[in-house]
Parts: sequence; C-alpha cells; structure tokens
Amino acid sequence: MAVYETVIGLEIHVELNTKSKIFCSCSTAFGAEPNVNTCPVCIGLPGVLPVLNEEVVHLAVKAGNALGCEINLINKMDRKNYFYPDLPKAYQISQFDLPICTGGFVEVTAQGEKTRVNLTRIHIEEDAGKLIHLEDEAYTLVDYNRGGVPLIEIVTEPDIRSAEEAVAFLKQLRSILVYSGISDCRMEQGSMRADVNISLRKAGTSVLNTKVEIKNMNSIKEVYKAIKKEESRQLQLYSYGEGHKVVQETRRWDQAKGRTLAMRSKEDAHDYRYFPEPDLPPVRIDREWVLQIRSSLPELPVDRKKRMMAAYGLRETDVDILIEEKMIADFFEATVALSREPRESANWIITEVLRVMKNQEKVPLTPEQLSDLILEVKKGTVSRTAAKEVFEALINQEKSTGALIEGMGLNQISSAQTLEAVIEEVIEEFPQALSDYRAGRTQSFGFLMGQCMKATKGKGNPGIVKAILERKLKE
Amino acid sequence: MEVEKLTIKRIHEGLQQKEFKAEEITKAYLERIKSYDRQIGAFLTLDENSALETSRQVDQRIARGSALNILDGVPVAVKDNMCTRGLRTTCASKMLEDFVPPYDATVVEALKHQGGVILGKTNMDEFAMGSSNENSGFHPVRNPWDSSRVPGGSSGGSAAAVSAGFAPMALGSDTGGSIRMPAAFCGLVGVKPTYGRVSRYGLIAFGSSLDQIGPFARTVEDAAYALEGIEGFDPRDSTSAPGRTKEDYAAAMKQGVRGMRIGIPREFFAEGVNPEVRRIVLRGVKSLEDQGAEVEEFTLPITQSGLSAYYMISSAEASSNLGRYDGVRFGYRAGEYKNFEELVVKSRTEAFGKEVKRRIMLGTYVLSSGYYDAYYKKAMLFRQKVRGLFREAFETYDAIVSPTVPMLPFKLGEKTQDPLEMYLADLFTVNVNIAGIPALSMPAGFSESGLPVGIQFMGNHFEESKLFRIAYALEKDLGLDLIPELGGVE
Repeated sequence: MAVYETVIGLEIHVELNTKSKIFCSCSTAFGAEPNVNTCPVCIGLPGVLPVLNEEVVHLAVKAGNALGCEINLINKMDRKNYFYPDLPKAYQISQFDLPICTGGFVEVTAQGEKTRVNLTRIHIEEDAGKLIHLEDEAYTLVDYNRGGVPLIEIVTEPDIRSAEEAVAFLKQLRSILVYSGISDCRMEQGSMRADVNISLRKAGTSVLNTKVEIKNMNSIKEVYKAIKKEESRQLQLYSYGEGHKVVQETRRWDQAKGRTLAMRSKEDAHDYRYFPEPDLPPVRIDREWVLQIRSSLPELPVDRKKRMMAAYGLRETDVDILIEEKMIADFFEATVALSREPRESANWIITEVLRVMKNQEKVPLTPEQLSDLILEVKKGTVSRTAAKEVFEALINQEKSTGALIEGMGLNQISSAQTLEAVIEEVIEEFPQALSDYRAGRTQSFGFLMGQCMKATKGKGNPGIVKAILERKLKE
Repeated sequence: MEVEKLTIKRIHEGLQQKEFKAEEITKAYLERIKSYDRQIGAFLTLDENSALETSRQVDQRIARGSALNILDGVPVAVKDNMCTRGLRTTCASKMLEDFVPPYDATVVEALKHQGGVILGKTNMDEFAMGSSNENSGFHPVRNPWDSSRVPGGSSGGSAAAVSAGFAPMALGSDTGGSIRMPAAFCGLVGVKPTYGRVSRYGLIAFGSSLDQIGPFARTVEDAAYALEGIEGFDPRDSTSAPGRTKEDYAAAMKQGVRGMRIGIPREFFAEGVNPEVRRIVLRGVKSLEDQGAEVEEFTLPITQSGLSAYYMISSAEASSNLGRYDGVRFGYRAGEYKNFEELVVKSRTEAFGKEVKRRIMLGTYVLSSGYYDAYYKKAMLFRQKVRGLFREAFETYDAIVSPTVPMLPFKLGEKTQDPLEMYLADLFTVNVNIAGIPALSMPAGFSESGLPVGIQFMGNHFEESKLFRIAYALEKDLGLDLIPELGGVE
C-alpha cells in the first residue's frame, strides 16, 4: 500500500485585546450577564452605522509585525452576507480581497525537527454572538455580548504535515500573540479558535487532494485528537480505493464521542456575496506608524529563549517549558530577581508550580512567596520535605512564606547551642546506644539520630543534628 | 391662522415679535393635518403631545427672553425612515410596523436641539424604494395639486406634507432622487446635499453609499435654513465629512448669478422628455441667462447607463442592508415556523412588499458569485466614470441644469404594472447620487393642466451655496404661487 502524507492548513480566529468592541464602545469583557454588553450598533438595529476602533488596526498591525507579514497600507472592509441568528446584521464586516497582512511565518519544532509554517494572510473582522441551545427546550437563546468583539483571522499555507506539527504551531503562535499583548488566546473561552483543513496525498507528490474542514475544537489537545482521527478516517477511505472518496465538506469535532461528524457539504456552502462595506471608508495606514509599532514590539518568545538561556545557564528543554506561557516566564524571572537562584526557581516552577496550575489560569502564588521559600530552604530554616508542605499551603494564600512557616511550626532548629543541649540529653537517656556505637556497632547512630529528631519534634535541622551527634559520640 | 402660507422665516419673525405663540402655530398645523390629511395620506404617525410640549418649551424660552434659533418653534415633518426615540419608525413597511427605536437619528437630535417641533412621521415608499409613493406598505400618498396623481417618491409623504401646508419644512432622504422628484411633483424646493454633508446615523439604510438626508421647503431661503439646521460632521457616521463648519447659505445666496457659468447637458433634454417639461425648464434657464449667467450646452452621456448602474448598486446594498429584518430581534415575525430558516423566509415573505422583494432579488443576483464581475463590478467602474465626467464638467461650470423628472406627475396606478417604466422617472436624478454631488430641485412653473414642473441644478461636491444662489435668483424672477387648493377633488 502507498505511503500517505497529511497536508494541513489552519485558520485561526483570535479575539483582540481591546477594551471596546470593533465598531461601537461596548465592553469586550468576557463572562458578563447575557446581552449586557450591547447597544443599537452591535445588535444591528435599523439605522445604525459602524465606526472602526483604531486600536483594532493597531493590534492587527502589531500581529503582522510579530509574525513577519507584509502590512498592506490601504485597507478596506467588506461585507460577508449570510443569515444566522447570531449575526445581527445578517452580514459580518470582514476583509475580503485586501487583508491587512499578507505572508509571514512561524518557526516551529515538532518531533525534534525545525520547520517553517508560512502564513497566507491575516485579516480583521467582527465576532458574532453566541447561541445557547437549551437541552429540553424547543428554542435557542442568543447572547450578543460577543457580537462585535474584534477578531483577526490568521490563515496558514497548507504547510503542516502532522498533528504534532499543528500543535507545535498553535503553541508557538499563541505564545507570540500573548507575548505581544495582542490577545489572551484562551481556547477554552473561545478567544482563540482553530479550524483545520486537512487532506492526504501519496508521499512525495505535491497535489492537493480533496480537503475536509474540521471545526469546533476548544483546546489544542482536541485539535490534536481531531487531526489524528480525521487522518485515519481519510486513510481508510483511500485504502478502500475507488468509490470511497473523501468528500469536500465541513465536519464538526464531537469531543465527547471523539469523532468528527459531517456538518455541511460543498453544495450547501454559502455564497457570501462579498462587497465593499459602504459605511466605512478605506483605512490608510501610515508607513511610519507601522515602523513605530514594529520597533516597540515587546520581546518575542524566540528572543526571550536565547536571552534566558544565556542569562540563567539553564537547559534548553527547561527554558522551552518556562517560556511557553508568557505568564510563567514572567513569574520565573521575577522570582529569580528576588532569590538570585535561577536553577532552584526553574526546578520549583517546572515541578511544582506547573503541576498545581493544571486547573488554574493564574499563578497561584507570588514571586515573593516562592523566592522566600527557596531562600528559607537555602538558609536551612525549613527542610526540603517540609518546604513542599509549605508550598502547598502557599497556594492562593496571601500570608508571607515566613509567617506561614512559623504558623505551621515547620521552622527548623538550626541553632547549634539549642541542638547540643537536646542531643546531650538524648545521649544521657540512652547510654547503651552510646556504648554500642563506641564499641564499633555504628548502626546505633541511626537510632540516636532518630531519637534526636524526635526530641526536636522533627524540627532539628538534620544536617546540623548529624554533625553535632557525630562530634559528641567521638568525644 | 392660514398656516399653509407660513414659511420658516415668517414663523421665526412672528415668534420673535410675539405676534403669535409657538404653541398656536403647532396647534394650527395639527388641526390642518387632521382636517385634510385623510385625503392626502402624508402622515403615518402623529406625535401630537410631544409636539405641543416642545412648542410650549419654546414659548417659555421666548418669555424668558432667550435668543431664538431659526428653527425654534418651527413644525417639521420627518420621513418615517429616520429613527425617533420612543416614536415608531416604520419605513412604511409591515416589517417595522411596531418598531420603536431606542435612539434618535443625528438629524432628529439636531432638530430637537434647535427647538424644532416634530409633528410626526411621514409616509413613503416602503424602505424608500419607489418613485410614486405607491409602494407604501400602508397607503399611498396623493399629490396636493391633483389628488388623482402621485406626489412622487420615495419621500412622497414629506413632500405632500409641505405642499399641503401641514408643515413649513420636512426631511426626506434621497438615494436616487427621492427628495428632488417629489419636490418637483409637488412644487417645492428639495435639496439632496453632498454625500457626507448630513449625517446618516439613524437613517434606516437603503443604498448606503447613495443615501443622503435633505430638506423640503416652500422657498429657497427656507430650504437653506433647513439644511443649515441638519448639516455637520458626525463622529457616529464614518462617511460624514470632517472639518466642515456650518455654512450660511441664506446670507450667501442673494448676490445674483451674473458671471456664473451654467452647463446644459444635451442628453438631459433629449427625446423622451415631456415637451412641456422641456419648455418650462428652458424658460427657467432663459431667466438665468437674462440675469447675467453664462449658459452653454455640452454633452454628458450618462443617463441610460447611470440608471442601470444605479439600480445595481442601490439594490446590491439594499439586499445586504435589509438582511437584518429576519424576525429574530425586532420587527415582524411570522406566526408559525419549524426552524430558523423557515422563520426568516416566512417573516420576510409575509412582511416585505413586492418592490422591496424585487430589489432584494436584483441585488442578491448582481452580488452572486459568477455575476459580480458582470454586474456589480461593472456598475462600480461606471460610477468612477460618472465621477470623472462630473469633475471635468465642474472645471468649466458652476452648475449643471436639467429637468428634475422627464415627465409630469402621473396618475396613481398608471405605472405600477411596469417597473421599468417607473424606473425611468429617476433618469435625471440618479447620477447625482452615483457621483455624491449636491443637487437642488425647485419649481420652474406649471403645465397647462396646472401640474408643477421641477428644474434641477447640480453642483460640485460641497458647493451647495452656488445652487442656492442660482435657485434664489430664479425663484425671485419666476414669482410662482405655490399653494395648492385643497379639498374635494376626487
């Protein structure tokens, strides 16, 4: 049987980080009561007109700059016409033949291989509202809070060859967009959405076979699963030969069932009747402005990686983990700035912080708290084992690390004077053990050590206790 | 009080000199409407209480000795496609029969701010699509000069209201002639301003790149005051022209036409123009020539193609603009439906009139893939050409003159069977909208049968003041009696 390769192109919708919507001054805040963030403009009442939010153009140019695109200086908006209850005007204001950015690329590493995924274009458009289907009701509710939230749509070339590469691309893209403050890219909240165009072809050929579009994945993990599933579905069809053709269609990913379902075929595809939006004059972008935005771009992941490797002497794999989320990289650097312990900071973050963050959006402790914890361990005020307990207690806790250690009674006794007195008492209490040790039966050291720790209620700094005990036994 | 003879200027003077109160004026107009509108059909909704309340507020200001705006206490009729907060705005469509906007259009806000008294909302062709006002979803409007004839459209209600003496001024909207044409048919001054001079915010869109709000008035001077009252930059309308201060047309228009150059485009006087109309319009041109204007014929071959381009562009935009009437959030909703698609199809089928459906279909067709290049794109290219030809013409001429409509006011039902015949009424008006330039229609005289004939002056972008100058000179010379006798015909 022939060997097939997968050809994938992605269309990614990203909500831009603006305070107000694209054509009116309503808030873009997520999670408000339904239809609270609306006005006559964004619910498309008769007679209203759009006014383009300049910040949207600014962020789109920023995205283009961060992704190495060509910025088109003359922009126009177009209407994409179709009927749907979440689309109040029955047209979406978008860009058709003059997108704000063309070209560009993202470099990714997947399965140890470095590749470049080229971008076709980025354009500006408005988001639609949200339909809420009630399980037992015969009607659907519409929430227009999201209607008119600004989006950019990023379209890639069919350059991606595997689910792994798609995942690496999405992670890298997300990290670039978050780093540059363009979007918060939260797939689970819908502020980043990816549609996958996928087809197979015989390895070594360059034809583009019939593709299928998959929608409705709400996490990168689901994108991965959907691609894997669709790959095998198409491979099966190809292997059955003639009569079992891949049909050009849009399929919906059913997360619960772990499979794609046909949504609409090519024949049902809309004729969107694009035409230039008469309510908005063309937007001319000043070249100087583009350059200014380019020069004020914040540090992007690639550069940050290089800098962090050089500055902190960390392993590449560790830096990769730290920089994937800007929030984590920022947290790391803030912790190091306080503790001056890059190695320890990296270890704590990678093993502990990321572990507890699995179900949280924010880092659940402050750089001060973690830095103090690292320093207390270093000073010996707290043992490494106890430190883990302290760390757990610090999660979502406002108290300082010091206060918490005190409160938990986990601070170690490191004072030699205090410990010497305790150890002398233990030796006096167990003369047999002392004589055993001195007679060469050194296993009794362990017993005495245990008794010492017991006498300090576990708070004796084990290193110091051991040193003092050894000295005392040899006296 | 014979309110039908009042002008904006006369009301202003009377209020200033305390000859009468604003409330008396408003009451008198409301009474006249109640007595005569049954035979005209100009209004769809009256806003009696608000109108009286506003007029009383004006009286209080006068009593306190405040300075008066020219529009303070002046009753105004507003076409029913401009949103009025709390007052239903129907576009003369069953689709919006119960639609009450939660906001005011910018022009309505401006009128209110200046003490204008909004009497009510006027009848029109449904969604402004039509040239006779017979496409109203409720009832047609009759021409006050002859109630068996149409008042023109689509702003027929506004025109008939001023003509019948129901208000000294009215607002209309003009997408392809919808102010100028009824102004011509009803013997009024009607102005289609430069695209971008008056805000479109709150005007329910028909053809967004062509729509423009403008005034109807009995005199040129009144039309100037009315335009001054509604024009100006509006940050809520991105196509509104920034950086323009208000103009003083009324002051600038009295300097005469000596030395002005007026072009006569041959194609606008060619065969197909009613001979009486041609004769009356040319007599107007002669008057201007006699007053010292330089008049010259030239060629402007755009009428036929302009009409096609206009119907493609306006219908394309309309097909998109009217998509929002889907029965989901406001407006008419069909009683029974099985799913979303059926809800949309049934609601639109039941609530839209025939002409609206025709334009939606035409517009949808010209934008469809495979037809876009042959129709819409071609129309847009022609639009560029028209702009170029006008630009060129205005290098030579201060204004271009033509009949407003090639025909006399026709009878109700006369052209309803053949849409193409009806569309021909727009032959001389549509290119103005395609180019975005200003134009003014004013009475040039009457046919032997006593029907008004309009003359149209077209000007370069933002050169309305030249049009007022010419119109004022012609009006003075013609001295027409423009008050129709109401009552009883039919």
